[in-house]
Amino acid sequence: MIYNIPYIAVILLIMVGLYAVVFKRNIIKMVMGITIIESGVNLFLVTLGYRAGGVAPIFTNLPEERQIPGQLVLPIPQALTLTSIVIGVAVLALMLALAIQIYRQYKTLDVTKIRRLKE
Amino acid sequence: MDETSKIIKTVSSVMFPFVTIYGLYVILHGHLTPGGGFQGGAIVASGCALLVVAFGSDAIAKRVKESQLSLLESIGALGFISLAFVGIATTFFYNSLAGTKFLFGKIPPYGSNPGYLSSGGLLPLMNLAVGTKVIAGLFAIVLILAIATRKKGGRSK
Amino acid sequence: MRSRDAVALIALVLLGSFMIMSVLPLANMIRPFGEPVNPEMDDYIITHAQNETGANNAVTSVVFDYRGFDTLGEATVLFTAVAGVILILRRYAHG
Repeated sequence: MIYNIPYIAVILLIMVGLYAVVFKRNIIKMVMGITIIESGVNLFLVTLGYRAGGVAPIFTNLPEERQIPGQLVLPIPQALTLTSIVIGVAVLALMLALAIQIYRQYKTLDVTKIRRLKE
Repeated sequence: MDETSKIIKTVSSVMFPFVTIYGLYVILHGHLTPGGGFQGGAIVASGCALLVVAFGSDAIAKRVKESQLSLLESIGALGFISLAFVGIATTFFYNSLAGTKFLFGKIPPYGSNPGYLSSGGLLPLMNLAVGTKVIAGLFAIVLILAIATRKKGGRSK
Repeated sequence: MRSRDAVALIALVLLGSFMIMSVLPLANMIRPFGEPVNPEMDDYIITHAQNETGANNAVTSVVFDYRGFDTLGEATVLFTAVAGVILILRRYAHG
């Protein structure tokens, strides 16, 4: 039980993000909840590639007894997480631009009052 | 409350060259130490965002036009695609500069070694192209979001 | 409004209990933390990255050489995001 702490951190992050998306009424708070969910998913992706007692897979100034592939962490999940982080930044920028435009049109940030389809 | 004080302007003007040099170091040494194009580009873009916060979006928008940032980002994207076409004789993304006797062609000995900067083939050039693209893109996003939320004069024209 | 909040709360608690049950070690059903499932491809990449690519960093050689198409798609997504932000907020940028 004590060894699975990164998985428990992932579950806590996703639950906090889902609570913010479902139960809050401000658009900016819902955007923050989506960003927290995205952070939890990135942590899960990195945690899948862990080898017990390993170091980073970089050969510059590596100690001599750690050069066999059984002592290095897997490099492929780290490359996929890099792509996922950049895509998260792009989605966040578009969400904030749309929130600014909604505020200029409706003069409010409450999602229960943004129901009309024409201005 | 609109203008920041003189201390903030002076300190951020002094810190900006150091942040830029550290970001360029992370971009250039992407094939030896942890880092690369995306990470170093984010570091330099956060240094530029420091300038936008300290001096206000009006003063920065007078000196940097949006079309210049768009040109820089397009150069980065086209450079990345044309570097992918260099080794087209074998396949699409082939690393054709590793093992030759040109600038980046040295192959490091197997195992632990102090890093040699001129190794890596096409990887440092791709890092530079992606780094330029990320710097211009993130700086443009921060500048446009700061201009659109000004206090007065932000109404539609 | 009250019944909708209660149904959402029950659904969230159910989802949270499912996720926690998949992590607790009940009757040897889960894999231990430090043993990945299929490490053969990563072992090949670690032993051959310096010879074929010429870089000391295995993660950079995966991002730009073994999986260069994913980096091309990611650059396209970043470009689309910048173009979308400038397109939406164009009328507040002058004056």
